[in-house]
Amino acid sequence: MKEDTPFASFVRGFFENPLATAGFVLLCVVIVVALFAPWISPQNPYDLGKLDLLDARLPPGGQYLLGTDGQGRDMLSAIFYGLRVSLLVGVASGLIALTLGGLLGVLAAYVGGRFEQLLMRVVDIQLGFPAILVALILIAVLGKGVDKIIIALVCVQWAYYARTARSAALVERSKEYIEAARGLGLSRARVMLRHLLPNALPPLIVVGTVQVAHAIALEATLSFLGLGLPTTEPSLGLLIANGYEYLLSGKYWISMYPGVALLLTILSINLVGDQLRDQLNPRLQRA
Amino acid sequence: MTVYILRRLAQTLLVLFVTSALVFGGLYLVGNPIDILVNPAADEIEKARSAAALGLDRPILEQYGIFVKSALAGDLGKSFVFGRPALEVILERMPATLELAVLAMLISLGFGVPMGIFAGLYPQKNLSKFIMACSILGFSLPTFWVGLVLIMVFAVQLGWLPSTGRGPTTEVFGVALSIFSLEGLRYALLPAINLALFKLALIIRLTRAQVREQSLLDYIRFARAKGLPRRRVVGVHLLKNILIPLVTVVGLELGSVIAFAIVTETVFAWPGMGKLVIDSIFQLDRPVVVAYLLVVVFMFISINLVVDLLYSALDPRVRIAEAK
Repeated sequence: MKEDTPFASFVRGFFENPLATAGFVLLCVVIVVALFAPWISPQNPYDLGKLDLLDARLPPGGQYLLGTDGQGRDMLSAIFYGLRVSLLVGVASGLIALTLGGLLGVLAAYVGGRFEQLLMRVVDIQLGFPAILVALILIAVLGKGVDKIIIALVCVQWAYYARTARSAALVERSKEYIEAARGLGLSRARVMLRHLLPNALPPLIVVGTVQVAHAIALEATLSFLGLGLPTTEPSLGLLIANGYEYLLSGKYWISMYPGVALLLTILSINLVGDQLRDQLNPRLQRA
Repeated sequence: MTVYILRRLAQTLLVLFVTSALVFGGLYLVGNPIDILVNPAADEIEKARSAAALGLDRPILEQYGIFVKSALAGDLGKSFVFGRPALEVILERMPATLELAVLAMLISLGFGVPMGIFAGLYPQKNLSKFIMACSILGFSLPTFWVGLVLIMVFAVQLGWLPSTGRGPTTEVFGVALSIFSLEGLRYALLPAINLALFKLALIIRLTRAQVREQSLLDYIRFARAKGLPRRRVVGVHLLKNILIPLVTVVGLELGSVIAFAIVTETVFAWPGMGKLVIDSIFQLDRPVVVAYLLVVVFMFISINLVVDLLYSALDPRVRIAEAK
């Protein structure tokens, strides 16, 4: 027991919480499904030759486990493929925003002066507006497409990372190991990237999990509004939007099941993120 | 203080200017509104005539220059689609959005604060754990999908409430509002609940955190030691102190509710500003989109400023720093 590394005890602490464990397992399932969608789907939903219009809008059960949509597409397969697009957009935008915002935030804390003031003013102004509004403006301006929506989501999210990275770096900057590294005559860039940045990472990771969940939800919302992805690459949000017209006639499955998949994805990320925050938050460690 | 407000106002102008330039230029690049507005069968001469009538034949910089000049005089341009001043079209839809936002805020406060206080006072009870689990769920549920589920359950399956649209309106102080009649409320209930859910989760968490923090402090212990009934300690002493941060958040969230109404209004076909702007984006009705964003951004900045000022008035410990 005593030989536990910090990482091992961190892992043990994480799995002591049943909710977080459930979230983690669920998240693994979601990721595996998204990664292997082409191999585990019963049907390739975008191979038009395989679709049969006579099978359109079949209720769940029988040949199609979750029913079919208006074009006779198997919903289960469509959800697997949609999950892929949703996760790709969420994770890619999260990683880019983390890198960009993290670097800018650490740089601001390290350089200070005019640069820091200007950057933080921009961050403050941007965070004063709800993400959906900023994303809507950007998408209206940029147009549709996977790349466009990733750009819009990065623009929405970078500010959260920048603010977190700066405050973490401000705390770390005054610590002795930074002084020691400088005393060794290391270059400023090296001290910042190899010494300061890694130590400012934990809070960034916490913000990251929350933000990826947000990004996935935001992309789904924009796609639902018809402003996100093109119809050739339907994410979960677009699948839900496609089912909207059939909802009032009682054909619930076309938008209900993609919604459940979206909910489970976001929920699992939030559960994991919640636990990570509790564990990485120094203020709660005393208790 | 005056310097502070002046600086904030200058900042506001800058943000409005940047937003308008960005959206103006962006929408110009996205597509030509003439292609959508004019009958596709029309010939080139016809198209050119409509473009000239709307001022779309001029270079973009000149168009923007004209826009800024008239915007400073309070004229945000005419809608391409409606043929009326864009600001007028938006203000006409504003009451519908505002009544939805206020109703949603009341719902989330009315349920969120008591639930949060309960979860904060008795963190070990099963009901508290259930409330907190629900609040995580509330954060994770995508708003538009919840809207669909609500429609499906309460309108399609049970048939209790109407699925979409806004009920009959009554004139209240010259503004057409629907929530003051029973029939109107029936229409407003589902969208308002939908809009409230996310905020409800937030308010529960915030209230709980505040209650847990405050109930450990000396003044609460002292009030208890004085032998005051529990109801009074919680209802007066505790509540007063958790209200300050709550007021700030509620103020700021009101703005975000108005922004999120875009989604709810689209799901429930509620004829508010949000639905209008989504339609306008599709129709490339640039004046309406730009005017909507300017109105919302302005509302936002004003709310933020008022909250900041209120905060320093409510809590003397927070003094606004004078300009250096």
